[in-house]
Amino acid sequence: MTEATSTSKHPSPSDDAPAGKAKLAVWKFTSCDGCQLSLLDCEDELLTLAGQVDIAYFMEASSRQLPGPYDLSIVEGSITTPEQRELIQAVRAQSRFLIAIGACATAGGIQALRNMAQVDDYIQIVYANPEYIDTLDRSTPLSDHVNIDFELRGCPINKHQLVEVISAFLNRRRPRISEHAVCVECKLNNTVCVAVSRGEACMGPVTQAGCGALCPRYHRPCYGCYGPKENANPQALIDWQSSLGIETVKILENFTNFNTAAPPFHNAASSIRRDRQNPPGKSP
Amino acid sequence: MRAAILAAEHLDLLIQALRDSGYLVIGPVRDELAIVYDEIRSVRDLSQGWLDEQEKGHYRLLPSGDGRYFGHTVAANAWKKFLNPPKRLLWRARQHNGQLQFMPQSEDAPQLAFLGVRSCELHAIEIQDAVFVHDQHRDEVYSQRRQSLFTVAVNCTRAAATCFCASMNTGPEVTLPSDLVLTEVLDDASHYFLVDGGSERGRNILATLPLRAATSKQQALAKKGIESARQQMQTGPRFFDSAGIKELLYRNLESPAWDEVADRCLSCANCTLACPTCFCSAVEDTTDLTGEHAERWQQWDSCFNGEFSYIHGGSVRQTTRSRYRQWMTHKLASWIDQFGHSGCVGCGRCISWCPVGIDITEQLQAIQQADKP
Repeated sequence: MTEATSTSKHPSPSDDAPAGKAKLAVWKFTSCDGCQLSLLDCEDELLTLAGQVDIAYFMEASSRQLPGPYDLSIVEGSITTPEQRELIQAVRAQSRFLIAIGACATAGGIQALRNMAQVDDYIQIVYANPEYIDTLDRSTPLSDHVNIDFELRGCPINKHQLVEVISAFLNRRRPRISEHAVCVECKLNNTVCVAVSRGEACMGPVTQAGCGALCPRYHRPCYGCYGPKENANPQALIDWQSSLGIETVKILENFTNFNTAAPPFHNAASSIRRDRQNPPGKSP
Repeated sequence: MRAAILAAEHLDLLIQALRDSGYLVIGPVRDELAIVYDEIRSVRDLSQGWLDEQEKGHYRLLPSGDGRYFGHTVAANAWKKFLNPPKRLLWRARQHNGQLQFMPQSEDAPQLAFLGVRSCELHAIEIQDAVFVHDQHRDEVYSQRRQSLFTVAVNCTRAAATCFCASMNTGPEVTLPSDLVLTEVLDDASHYFLVDGGSERGRNILATLPLRAATSKQQALAKKGIESARQQMQTGPRFFDSAGIKELLYRNLESPAWDEVADRCLSCANCTLACPTCFCSAVEDTTDLTGEHAERWQQWDSCFNGEFSYIHGGSVRQTTRSRYRQWMTHKLASWIDQFGHSGCVGCGRCISWCPVGIDITEQLQAIQQADKP
């Protein structure tokens, strides 16, 4: 923790130990483990990966723990306790590159629903002995605390995208991860639009691609697991879905999911709540 | 050649004749949610008896209640995916003993036959030819597939509410060259196709089919069907005068209409990907974990994506307003400067498949309205 890398240039993994393999660490904060499991789920690539990097810290997979610094830290989970707030600083200080993976690490996760409520109320409802709970009143993404080198979206992340990001890091190139809408994946897959052909409340047009448009392929609307796309326009989607007669509560639910605290989704949900309290056209 | 009659029960003979000649036949089939173009092996694969109800941001499949094969209008997807595959590997490279080996990916182009190409779609293919075959950057994959393509065009006898080929002068009657042209007639108990051979190989296929000479009444009925489709469009809200659109858009680059549409547009790219003429693609390189293997991929892209206009320092078109304006002014105006004709064929796909119902004809009319002194 004291050996903080203070370089501001982009170091390559071989700067320090040209002969050695890059040291990889996988960290978990507040999360369900699903994203780091995606790494173990990379069955075809796992042995190749183990040949390319030294897996120095990955508690989900092995009790072997090598001290830092690490060339690459992959971090899952959001920050929800005072201890985590300190630990993420330490992880950053020990890591040349830090990649946030999953909706928790990139947006605060489903647990950020507390951000719109009183956390003590939640604690009273959920826990038998609330006095044991020491938690922050908000769940926040890693980027609220430290600089992040890359954010990989998803709930959970897509394992092929994870391999792509690690490959990009190892080969010092830009990850081939698009920020466009899920709709692009539907069209490239030849999947008929469920929003247009069924009038579904699909989140695809405001959600970042990456899942391969998994739900629409099974004629289900997108749930927005990958968070807001670049340049998202949720208000336009809300207005259209409302005009189709889709229930407001359904539209609201879609924006208050795994990426509820991502600013475009958070703002959309706030706007829906505001309009429910003060319907447009009704003077106060 | 004089128009001939192919009885509806013999349509399968045409499909089999094409297959026997080595063609992979693509035609309208019913997906669970829409009519799409896909491979067909026999007449049973066609979307017989189904109609499309199309409006802005709206598409529903409905049973037609009759036995027409082509009672519907354009499919959800355009033919372009078969000539210009959405994703393709351009080359692989391997690093071996410090040397780079490049392995270009070549394919044996499939010999395709499109069954059920509408007039607007023939125009769309001609427009893409200008980009991929006749322009300075010839695309080999497209060109090869295009060269061997056999088209069986179908005259439209019904227009969807979103159709506006009558405004763009691209239909509903087939006027561009096609190997064969069919007009479907279902009259009382008789169900047949009026058939025209438009090429040598088209006539060779016809020679294998049991045809009868068309009576003047049969020809008149076919004509009547096409006229009824034209009437539907001419009396609908999407009929407008497309003369002077280029000048109109060029003098309205700062119209408030762009701000209004930007409020509603999702910049989701559906319109461009559904469009039969949009041709943009992105080229991206990738490596595997070892760094010893690399690949270059080409895939469809859209001017509505931020990455599309990314150059050093950022995206040139960051706002939805600038993206929508780029798309529409290219499609309807600068396309004419670039290729000599409009990039819009009036098929209406961008209207139906916009998830928030933005209608290019309404946008155009909004600009026309605001343009008036």
